[in-house]
Amino acid sequence: MRVAIVTFPGSNCDYDLYKCVQLVGGAPEFRWHRDVELGEVDVVMLPGGFSYGDYLRAGAIATMSPIMDAVKDFAKSGGPVLGICNGFQMLCESGLLPGALLRNRSLLFASQDVLLRVEGASSIFTQDYQAGQILRMPIAHAEGNYYADDETLDRLESEGRVLFRYANAAGKTVDSANPNGSARSIAGIVSESGNVMGMMPHPERAVEPILGSVDGLGLFHALLKHFAPLGAL
Amino acid sequence: MTVARVSPREGDPPITAELVEDHGLSPSEYERILRILGREPTYTELGVFSAMWSEHCGYKNSKRLLGLLPTVAPWVIQGPGENAGVIDIGDGLALAFKIESHNHPSAVEPYQGAATGVGGILRDVFTMGARPIAILDSLRFGDLDSGRVRYLFSGVVKGVGDYGNCVGVPNIGGEIFFDRGYEGNPIVNAMCLGLMKAEDLIKGEAEGVGNPLMTVGARTGRDGIHGATFASEELSDDSQARRPQVQVGDPFTEKLLLEASLELIKSGHITGIQDMGAAGITSSASEMAGRSGNGVEIDMELVPVREPGMTPYEILLSESQERMLVVAKSGSESAVREILAKWELKAEEIGRVTDDGLFRVREGDRVVAEIPSLTLTEGCPTYEREGVESEEIRELRCQDLTRFNTADTDPSDVLLKLIASPNIASKRWIYGQYDTTVRTGTAVRPGGDAGVVRLRGTNRAIAATTDCNGRYVYLNPRSGTLAAVAEAARNLVCVGALPTAVTNNLNFGNPLKPHIYYQFREAVLAMAEACKLFETPVTGGNVSFYNETDGVAIYPTPVIGMVGVLEDVDHITRHAFRNAGDTIILLGDNTEELGASEYLYVMEGLVAGEPPTVDLFGERQLQHAVLAMIREGLLQSAHDVSEGGLACALVESALGAGDGAGVEAGESPLGVRVTLQDALPVLPLLFGEAQGRVVVSCDPHQADEVLVIGKRHGVPCRAIGQVVPSDEGFGIDGRATSLEADVELLAELFFGAIPNLMDGAEPS
Repeated sequence: MRVAIVTFPGSNCDYDLYKCVQLVGGAPEFRWHRDVELGEVDVVMLPGGFSYGDYLRAGAIATMSPIMDAVKDFAKSGGPVLGICNGFQMLCESGLLPGALLRNRSLLFASQDVLLRVEGASSIFTQDYQAGQILRMPIAHAEGNYYADDETLDRLESEGRVLFRYANAAGKTVDSANPNGSARSIAGIVSESGNVMGMMPHPERAVEPILGSVDGLGLFHALLKHFAPLGAL
Repeated sequence: MTVARVSPREGDPPITAELVEDHGLSPSEYERILRILGREPTYTELGVFSAMWSEHCGYKNSKRLLGLLPTVAPWVIQGPGENAGVIDIGDGLALAFKIESHNHPSAVEPYQGAATGVGGILRDVFTMGARPIAILDSLRFGDLDSGRVRYLFSGVVKGVGDYGNCVGVPNIGGEIFFDRGYEGNPIVNAMCLGLMKAEDLIKGEAEGVGNPLMTVGARTGRDGIHGATFASEELSDDSQARRPQVQVGDPFTEKLLLEASLELIKSGHITGIQDMGAAGITSSASEMAGRSGNGVEIDMELVPVREPGMTPYEILLSESQERMLVVAKSGSESAVREILAKWELKAEEIGRVTDDGLFRVREGDRVVAEIPSLTLTEGCPTYEREGVESEEIRELRCQDLTRFNTADTDPSDVLLKLIASPNIASKRWIYGQYDTTVRTGTAVRPGGDAGVVRLRGTNRAIAATTDCNGRYVYLNPRSGTLAAVAEAARNLVCVGALPTAVTNNLNFGNPLKPHIYYQFREAVLAMAEACKLFETPVTGGNVSFYNETDGVAIYPTPVIGMVGVLEDVDHITRHAFRNAGDTIILLGDNTEELGASEYLYVMEGLVAGEPPTVDLFGERQLQHAVLAMIREGLLQSAHDVSEGGLACALVESALGAGDGAGVEAGESPLGVRVTLQDALPVLPLLFGEAQGRVVVSCDPHQADEVLVIGKRHGVPCRAIGQVVPSDEGFGIDGRATSLEADVELLAELFFGAIPNLMDGAEPS
């Protein structure tokens, strides 16, 4: 699995993603925001951070980078695109995913581990998980409060496009388990075509026991399996 | 060395006694300037001397005593005097680290003051060629019942967080302390650790005559002019008018500057690099010249500025953030520009290295300042002041506290009050605003005894902590400082690390006052003694004097930033109890020491008594014992006993850090049943802060092995009880007392205290 990780000025999780992709046996390559082509890759990942200093709105200026035209073309042709944290914000800003990420309900930056309930386990990103499974991974963001109008939210739910929700250990989506005020506790969604996914929590920070959790591994394993069917691994 | 005749610039004010005084220079210092130059200085030169001979840059009242600190060890690659200290941590890796204060700016503009404090310390580390891998912050405020304190506190926390979060450096710990002694003058110290290959070390030296000097990064504006001088005077009602002297930070530019600088250093196109910190271009250029013994010539007309009409005086003394001074190799100018351009940054040639040892400033064709470089740095006058202990503080210390030995107080009530005191309660409200996990290296996050970062590609890790109880130092500067060093080392040992080196931040009042200088002298002498014994040399740091508001000084606060190395990540140990059924063992002795305690502050409103004494040799034995137990794989947890005493330490271990998704997310708290046989009065036994104690837990089958290791090191140790499921409660039985508390209630108070105090406070 060849993975293009796009570095924007201000990206700061690009290196973490690179190490994570390497760890699961993928082949990561950095792409620079000024590049105009992605090259021969299987997956594109947009990392977390503060691209362009979060000026204007988080993720907004990144959508005007030269590389983003290539990312959009790649997505339209069915290529898998994963946006994490700032990457999720970019995907919403660029229209590849519906909705927007508003300031956290607390108005404060939120850094903590959260628990996620796996909602959809049939996407190429989540096929390694079981529906209802509880995952633990960190969040670190000031603008992770997912918002969309009710019609959009209803559609996301009816089409099974909500992949993760914030929940407690018992799997309940109670308000106290929602760290940022996201509508319907949504933590991650996928596009209508199923190949563009965005999430606020950081699966790449939960891939080794020393980091406190390995629950993020499943996501990268799922992608790897998708591109290297059994035998080719 | 002859200095050229430099005539005043048009528009410069005449040099008068008042102008000299406004620049913070004494008449005898001015005499010295006249002797050095052989003539009257220009206004520009006066500004340069004022900044370089300020306390902040010149260390004039501290330098002589600081010379007593141990700075050498086989593992020290770079000691004091550079942008940051550097130590060898094995495997060809080196660790650059330093702590720095931003107290005064934070007192008048908390958000920017704190943010730029973090920015400055990051630059100090990456200009050594190291990539920043962790931040710690050491903060002090007044009590949170004051609206202004809440404003300062929330602003500082947001400033520290926003800056580090954006640059992408995890915050792994630090400390925070609330006491009315810091009401008007908060303490904001930030520490940074950076990792590099030992061979990539680069220094802030102006090497190679003829080599070009280039400014890199942001343009120079009118912000922060004379910040170094501002930092070298007391705060007063007029300090609000100093707001324009507070710099404004831009972490996005810093992130670009960080990447560009590391790329520049790797490229081999430069010979030296330095942050433009306090006193901006003036200090970076003259310090780089001073270290190499060369001179520099810079032209103010070539410096990129934010607005037209800036005078050489303003350009030289601006403290605009996110700027660096680079000495490029002759002929590499365009290669340097190319690297910078990749990161959307500019580099401008502003001068060159000369062989005449002079700091020469031009404005186009005319010279506006010409001063021997070394007189600005090494030549700063140094003083030893008169030091006498304050009678008032001596009386406080000598207060008789035996009346509390017979106090008729329910210890269970006391416990509930103490764990809800912000000094003991969970600091999650603070570090919940700091990205602690970026860079996927953090193995122990804030909330424990020390932060731990694993070293990728090795089986090892580094740990870091900051410590100082200013109340102890206030009441007894000597034992308080010994305690600060001892606690820092103990904290590192509790996570499994061998204490290795120290950076210090000496926050004090006005050193010209004899009782303040007394505190400073006692603290430095004690620090020297303790650091020698623990074999933790001081590789650098920062002195912050004049922390006074309307004539009242803060508690003397010599913050110890200590780093340690873990030989094996399997040794990483946490403070939280892990399993019901584990045996709880206390290392060290309980004593009848209630002085300077959180108990007295919270329950009696008292800051009095003799702070706990420190037995350095016993401390070292204790630390060796804990490390041996950890390395044998015997411990489930280890936690230092500090503020709030043994009872509070047990609560902290029972509740854990709660750094996860909240208590309901699986890190369920545990209970304890402890029995203490000591023949001590109840309050000192449970809440006294006797030093040299560590609470550990282990599998009951391994308790004997643990005790044997303790005895072998000559450390008092005994099993005092058991970890139990939370529904069995939190209980301590003593000879004459018993304490009982509900674990859920403890958790609610411990985790809820600071959020409740901050509820309704305006977000800044």
